[in-house]
Amino acid sequence: MAMTMHVDIVSAEEAIFSGPAERVFASAIMGEVGILPRHTPFLTQLKPGEVRVITPDGEENFYYVSGGMLEVQPFTVTVLSDTAVRAHDLDEAAAIQAKEAAERALQDRAADIDYAQAQIQLAQAVAQLSAIKRLRGKR
Amino acid sequence: MAVGKEIRTKIKSVKNTQKITRAMEMVAASKMRKAQERMAASRPYADKMRNVIDHLAHSNPEYKHPYMQVRDVKRVGFIVISSDRGLCGGLNSNLFRKAIVTMKEFDEQKIEMTFCTIGTKAAGFFKRVGGNIVAQTAHMGDSPQLADLIGSVKVMLDAFDNGEIDRLLLVYNDFVNTMTQDSKVEQLLPIEPKEDKELEHHWDYIYEPEAKIVMTQLLTRYIESLVYQGVVENLACEQAARMVAMKSASDNAGDMIDDLQLVYNKARQAAITQEISEICGGAAALS
Repeated sequence: MAMTMHVDIVSAEEAIFSGPAERVFASAIMGEVGILPRHTPFLTQLKPGEVRVITPDGEENFYYVSGGMLEVQPFTVTVLSDTAVRAHDLDEAAAIQAKEAAERALQDRAADIDYAQAQIQLAQAVAQLSAIKRLRGKR
Repeated sequence: MAVGKEIRTKIKSVKNTQKITRAMEMVAASKMRKAQERMAASRPYADKMRNVIDHLAHSNPEYKHPYMQVRDVKRVGFIVISSDRGLCGGLNSNLFRKAIVTMKEFDEQKIEMTFCTIGTKAAGFFKRVGGNIVAQTAHMGDSPQLADLIGSVKVMLDAFDNGEIDRLLLVYNDFVNTMTQDSKVEQLLPIEPKEDKELEHHWDYIYEPEAKIVMTQLLTRYIESLVYQGVVENLACEQAARMVAMKSASDNAGDMIDDLQLVYNKARQAAITQEISEICGGAAALS
């Protein structure tokens, strides 16, 4: 049997996933990272994006996180997510709406809108959409 | 028969009040259960973070974060969490009394204080007392979101960064059980690392992008999550306190109705007796 590690995905409001995994992928601030068991201790920030957890029976789980922290120990991985909602629960319409609103906000520079804030919203909406598309493709 | 009209109206009004308090009691009971669930759900995050932070404090980091350095205390910041609504027994007043005791200690040492209030009751209280409120949040509702808190927590963290405060305290109600709520004053900043032999290891993390940035984000999130937990605990306390208060109000209303009913019955009996004796008297006079 392949080696496994324990993975926890938690947000301030709830615990989202807890269980063994063979591999974990996450979009860290300096690029996508893939974590295998026996990884050296590692601490990084996460970008808005998906966290992929591959369980010992080969199942692939997607979780959307809008930023957070990733902590890696040789046999435990912890994702401290800012607000992670299960990708299943994501409301695609809301994501598109948020994207449109953010894009409108980006174009409408004259209005007194925080440019950086709008860019973050856009990045989040795009990441949510890609997570949904991935899920759709799997079905 | 016009006997005891006032008493009857009174009974009716007390009964209406009882209906309301009973409904509030039941609503509070169900909300309390939800708040308790939320409380349990938010715990793993703070626990995990605490683990990571303790690791960091003990794994010889090349960088010591200001949030973990103890400074001379010249000014103190308070984050006070209260409920938004009243009718929850002595919950808020107990909390404020506790806060006042702590404030008095600082006052005697000539230490200045700034406040951040969460919930309308705390805002109202410190406005009355005349505290220096720098940030406030209210109307979090029954399902508070961490996002609502970020602003006011940031104000206090910035104040700490700029040296405007040297210590940050959190005042909130700790949920022990339905009957007991414990008002608590807890230190948020500086964070004191746990003294634990087990944690004395000699390895360090790889940080991406940089230890300082990662630590700042981690510690900020940690403080936010502690405040959030305080808010959720306080919400559970509020509902529990309201439930108990409303239960005793319903019981008192019941007692009152019983008393009034007794008075009413007596008055009615007296009126009947009097009428009978009058009739008897009349009949006796005729014969």
